[in-house]
Amino acid sequence: MSEVDLIPVLSQEEVAEIEAEISHLPDRPSAAIDALMIVQKHRGWVSDESLSAIAHLLGMSTAELDGVATFYNLIYRQPVGRHVISVCDSVSCYVMGADGLAKDLEAKLGISFGETTADERFTLLPIVCLGACDKAPTMQIDEDLIENVSAERLDDIFEKYK
Amino acid sequence: MATFTVDGKQYEAASGTNLLQAILSQSLDLPYFCWHPAMGSVGACRQCAVIQYQDAEDERGRLTMACMTDVQDGMIVSVEAAHAKDFRASVIEWLMENHPHDCPVCEEGGECHLQDMTVMTGHSVRRYRDKKRTWENQDLGPFIGHEMNRCITCYRCVRFYQDYAGGKDLGAFGSKSHMFFGRVEDGVLESEFAGNLVEVCPTGVFTDKPFSQHYTRKWDLQSAASVCPGCSVGCNTFASERYGVLKRLHNRYHNDLNKYFICDRGRFGSHFVNSQQRVRHAAVKANDGVFEYGDINTALNRAAEILKREDVVGIGSPRASVEANHALRQLVGDENFCRGLSDSERIVTDQACSILMKGGFRVPTVTEVESADVVFVIGEDISNTAPRIALAIRQATRNVSYEMAKTANIPLWQDAGVRGHAQHHRNSLYIASSNATRLDEIAEMTFNALSDGIAQISSQIASQISGASHENEFVKSVAEALLAAERPLLVTGTSSRDPNVLNASAAIAWALRTNGKDPSLLIVGSEANTFNAVVTCEGVTLGNALSRMADGANAVILENDLYRRAPAALVDSALAGTGDVIALDVVENDTLPNADVVLPAASYAEQTGTFVNYETRAQRFYQVFQPQDDVLPAWRWLSQIASLSGRTDASWTTVDEVTQSALAALPGIDATLEELAPTKDFRVEGEHRIARQTHRYSGRTAMTADVSVHEPKAPEDEETPYSYSMEGQNPGDQTGSAIPYSWSPGWNSNQSLFKFQEEVNGDLLGQSGGKRLFDVPSEPDAEVDKEFDFSVMQDTRDTTDGLLPFSVHDVFGSDELSAKSWPIAKRAKGPYVLVHPSDASALHASAGSGIRSHALVGSFEVVLDNRVQAGSIGIAVGLNGRVEIPEQSIELVIDPDFKPRQLGDERVIAKS
Amino acid sequence: MSLLDTKPLTGRVEEVGGPVFLADYEAGGGYVAAKKAITQMTPAEVIEEVKDSNLRGRGGAGFPTGTKWGFVPPGPSPDGGVKYLVCNGDEMEPGTFKDRWLISNNPHSLIEGMLIGAYAIGATKAYVFLRGEYFEPKAKLEEAIDEAKAAGYLGKGLFNTEFELDFRIHSSGGRYICGEETALLNALEGKRAQPRNKPPFPPASGAWGRPTIVNNVETYCNVPSIIEKGADWFRDLGLTEDAGTKIYGVSGRVNNPGLWELPIGTTIREIIEEHAGGMQDGYQLRGLLPGGASTDFLVEEHFDLAMDYGTIQAAGSRMGTGTMILMDDSICPVDMSRNLQHFFAQESCGFCTPCREGLPWIESLLLDIEEGRGQPGDLEVLDQNAQYIGAPGNTFCLHATGAIEPLQSALKYFREDFERHITEGRCPYRTNGSA
Ligand SMILES: Cc1cc2nc3c(=O)[nH]c(=O)nc-3n(C[C@H](O)[C@H](O)[C@H](O)COP(=O)(O)O)c2cc1C
Ligand code: SF4
Ligand code: FES
Repeated sequence: MSEVDLIPVLSQEEVAEIEAEISHLPDRPSAAIDALMIVQKHRGWVSDESLSAIAHLLGMSTAELDGVATFYNLIYRQPVGRHVISVCDSVSCYVMGADGLAKDLEAKLGISFGETTADERFTLLPIVCLGACDKAPTMQIDEDLIENVSAERLDDIFEKYK
Repeated sequence: MATFTVDGKQYEAASGTNLLQAILSQSLDLPYFCWHPAMGSVGACRQCAVIQYQDAEDERGRLTMACMTDVQDGMIVSVEAAHAKDFRASVIEWLMENHPHDCPVCEEGGECHLQDMTVMTGHSVRRYRDKKRTWENQDLGPFIGHEMNRCITCYRCVRFYQDYAGGKDLGAFGSKSHMFFGRVEDGVLESEFAGNLVEVCPTGVFTDKPFSQHYTRKWDLQSAASVCPGCSVGCNTFASERYGVLKRLHNRYHNDLNKYFICDRGRFGSHFVNSQQRVRHAAVKANDGVFEYGDINTALNRAAEILKREDVVGIGSPRASVEANHALRQLVGDENFCRGLSDSERIVTDQACSILMKGGFRVPTVTEVESADVVFVIGEDISNTAPRIALAIRQATRNVSYEMAKTANIPLWQDAGVRGHAQHHRNSLYIASSNATRLDEIAEMTFNALSDGIAQISSQIASQISGASHENEFVKSVAEALLAAERPLLVTGTSSRDPNVLNASAAIAWALRTNGKDPSLLIVGSEANTFNAVVTCEGVTLGNALSRMADGANAVILENDLYRRAPAALVDSALAGTGDVIALDVVENDTLPNADVVLPAASYAEQTGTFVNYETRAQRFYQVFQPQDDVLPAWRWLSQIASLSGRTDASWTTVDEVTQSALAALPGIDATLEELAPTKDFRVEGEHRIARQTHRYSGRTAMTADVSVHEPKAPEDEETPYSYSMEGQNPGDQTGSAIPYSWSPGWNSNQSLFKFQEEVNGDLLGQSGGKRLFDVPSEPDAEVDKEFDFSVMQDTRDTTDGLLPFSVHDVFGSDELSAKSWPIAKRAKGPYVLVHPSDASALHASAGSGIRSHALVGSFEVVLDNRVQAGSIGIAVGLNGRVEIPEQSIELVIDPDFKPRQLGDERVIAKS
Repeated sequence: MSLLDTKPLTGRVEEVGGPVFLADYEAGGGYVAAKKAITQMTPAEVIEEVKDSNLRGRGGAGFPTGTKWGFVPPGPSPDGGVKYLVCNGDEMEPGTFKDRWLISNNPHSLIEGMLIGAYAIGATKAYVFLRGEYFEPKAKLEEAIDEAKAAGYLGKGLFNTEFELDFRIHSSGGRYICGEETALLNALEGKRAQPRNKPPFPPASGAWGRPTIVNNVETYCNVPSIIEKGADWFRDLGLTEDAGTKIYGVSGRVNNPGLWELPIGTTIREIIEEHAGGMQDGYQLRGLLPGGASTDFLVEEHFDLAMDYGTIQAAGSRMGTGTMILMDDSICPVDMSRNLQHFFAQESCGFCTPCREGLPWIESLLLDIEEGRGQPGDLEVLDQNAQYIGAPGNTFCLHATGAIEPLQSALKYFREDFERHITEGRCPYRTNGSA
């Protein structure tokens, strides 16, 4: 039956990276999460269009792939800012005052959790324990783990992320 | 066998089932949600908790999910233990946190499994005080309503839609307490089995949209056991009426046939019964050519007068009942009777009958299809012509997963475990077809050709099986797989109209049998009663009947639009030359205006009758409600005409008499009326009629107050074991084939079915429906093959100019009656053709362009199909009201003004 | 005596003073054990040695590792199919931060442990299932894998035998439930990470329906030294019934939060006082979760107990991951419970009813109570939910069971706090009353 060729939606680089993952797996759909993460790495998030293209590439239905995409915390189905701040809200950080830090962050950025600043610089999200509990409170900006965070340090920390 | 104890009483169960199924099989009550008898257990809802004790001394026991526990010999469990009951009430309490209290406006109210289970567990006081979660619903097309707020996350919808039926566009999204079941975006659910969601969903998330439009509570429906008129499978249904309108169709379990699921043509195709195009009044054409309506006696007398004439041909119909065809045949005599099949269909159908009756091949039930280990589908797009068989083939390809599970000690009811362990392993399915089919995705190999090519390759496969050696990979693979199979199954059908395809299929079956195999051969026919052919005489051909008409013969046309059976020119000249024509039909068609007497025939829902399905199983459908206006069952019209013309040999008073007469008419058939289904004399527990209306039926309403304030007396039923009232009984010493609806105390939903089964997934209590008219001989007659000509003729049609047409069947729209059902009309595509991309580009057409030809009526949307052989073109039949396609190659041109049909646009085939 | 004799997991890192890569690892005797196992021992002997060592899984459940390996059908599969060895490096259990450290600092010990494990069960493919957020550990592990490949420790024909191992990292899409081993396998297959029913157990039918072993990072890291130094040596490391060392961790208001490799069975008090430096000034220890968020609270009466599987279990909790979270006297037990239940409700996979619907109800009740909206009867609702959700087997997997452990123990040990919230209509820990 007729089919729109969706692959051009993805860049050659993305397709190559996804194919490389597939080559190590028993079947194409097994690369679903890897493929979503690869595309997200390149684009910041996974749009409906990207999703259909990935599904096509993996030989699975969009519904099935979106079922996977919507299950995982780290796959964004909505656009995010240039930098994603993920603030640990789990128990060790909580004990060390993470709730207060969260409020400070919201005030400082002028947004609530789940939102993106108007200049699209930051998206603020909660995250589960980052596995650095001895340096609580913690947060992660993009790929950087930031330990012993305090309201006073925020300006310095943000400096690096334009 | 395992003996197990539930609350102090001992029971027996087959080993290898789960405890929930074993408990339900004893007709005991135990709430559940995520388990489904056809889909096994996944353990998601935690509703089916019971206490399991280690031994007789153990007093505390352990809470366990019955559906996830193997029933074992000596097992001691309690359903009634306080802890189990409390836990089950808690599960309901959790499910109810977010469930809206909208039962009064919910279409599921009164037959809601969640409602039943809530009452059963006794949860009644709300303690959760947070807000309920809410969702936006989706428009899922004309069939299925969506109300996500009611979802209790049992996962049955996705498990049915994706895992069982292979649907791609419905999924489970999200996680935690934010689970959404639906599509990625609004849009028509693609699967032709989507309608089953209505019954699979235990609450009101997925609802029957057409039913919702003119909604009636289940308890206010008047119902009877029926049989789907949509195709030759003959799925069993519950048909339900109120206010003279056929409201809806539900699946009616038949252990050999449809089990728990039917297709959407069946479920939503029945609204033709309520169509504005129904023929409702007797009419006689006056001399001025204008019909005069309303006087039945005039019409009958006129008809009787026509019948007395010398030369009367009777044209029957594969969509009319056995009884109607029989009555017509009796009336006009064998030498004047035509079965009403087109000439090409007649040849192919006769060949099918001959193979069925003389071939001695095993003809599989739908359930047996599910157990095949290698399947070869030959020249039939089964998903479109007999969808329920395609669903069964899908299940057949899973048998290897059960074998693998057995080796790995995974219980077979453990659905996710069995699937996960098997991964992509499937039984081999091979498909030879002229276009892409929806089963291709699970096929091992496919082969593309027109029907002659399919016949060729199949006869090569037959000779390969018998020892020849061919080069072709497809031939070698299929032959090898079939020979290695334990339960090989060949599936073919009449839709290609090519008897060679059947011959070649039979040749394969024959070759397998000669090689010590016991193959099954399934031949689907085109219509609900196509295989009535096995009970009727040969009769004259339609060509012959038409030419006699053209020469002035009079005619009786029974439920048949001649324009769907023969080229328009032939029909035109027959109708121009004919004497007087009596036509009986259900819905208006192109033939009727040419009749002199029009008699309104009852639909299947308004009469009791019999259809013969693909297995030659004769099945009874019962009158659901009495027809209104002048409408009568066709056999009764014919019977009355016979009386008036002094013909006692062709007049009967009850349908049972006609059926009996039909069964007696051909030698070699040894079925009695009693074997088909309960007769009019049947009584539940020896004394009660079966009530068509529930005991909660709101009988005394203002339903007819606009006519009279007096409550009309319920009509007497002289023909069936049912009553037209609440009087009588439904559950009890019941015979399965006549349950009018599924209900049992505490079980208002269709999940009550287990109360009517010998055991879960077993036969219905008492008699299961229908009787095969021919049984497979246990010892095949070695001489039989000599009677068959398995040779295959080459297609010699000229292909130099244009494309060779072949017919394409669409589950929505190709069938005459269901196409007149408004939901189907909304769902159906506009007229389309399947074209190979290379041919399309040669025509400068692309997907969605319109093309036309002088040989075709109207324009067609181009649909690209890689599996269509270049040089040929698949024409979807029926969607433009025509079914006959040109024989020779046709030339096509682009239609620049073409606009593809939009969804929900009903203009093409029917009015609401 | 080398540090490695008493600290097989961290000793080399301490000696080197930072992350250990191949040269340092080899210099400290790295890959000797793998060579020994693969060239001198049969797979059955390797499994026997691990069984004898009494190594128990360090991922939380404490299942004997050798026994688990023994469940895999030995020898090549009759159908010629592969077997998988998987490392559970998901580490999303709040309060747990040991696997991140191990992977980042001693990646070759993980690789070597898995190499030995793969040889023992006949796996030819190994996966490290790594938390998606663990960028730094991933980079370190990738570097180590490259080194190991180059040095011929991974790939084909290892140590001049037929044995081969394809070694890969899967980065998680992020969900706590991925740490549950069967959910992890679904995630590895690219699916929604819903847990699977057991049976089939992964050693019979795991990743892609093939025999599969899943072990924790720390579990694998223990394997090389067991093979090198022997089961007896390993058993003797433990102070109590349990064998080996354990990486213990402390987070909360202590002077020196962190991780230490100590003989298994070290007491809670010693860990807190001697290694974590005791409580910070002005803070009193009221209770602790001994091994991650999904373990029951322990209180003063338990602080002298040995941190081993049996002792902590007998005290009504679990050693879990061995990384404890301290609740000091400034923390409201109700609010801390709310924080914990928020985590578990958020991370429920959504498959089974009690967890999916029960945990959010608990969370919302706790929020009500914390914010002064508690009502009489709320504690009974919490008790009942805890009882019905928490019993193993009532839910499909142990996520919900784990969720209830800190709740039911909080309701037991800090009940007065809960009651005061309801009777006073406010949180006594908040200076300004209700939020
Ligand atoms: C909800 C849940 C989360 C889990 N998370 C982890 C985890 O992050 N890391 C881990 O090693 N084990 C985790 N486990 C335990 C694993 O299921 C499994 O028991 C373990 O990986 C086995 O390894 P081990 O025997 O070496 O401990 C989790 C279990 C549950 C029920
Ligand atoms: S307990 Fe149930 S809902 Fe919760 S994580 Fe396990 S399977 Fe999922
Ligand atoms: S029916 Fe048993 S858990 Fe759902």
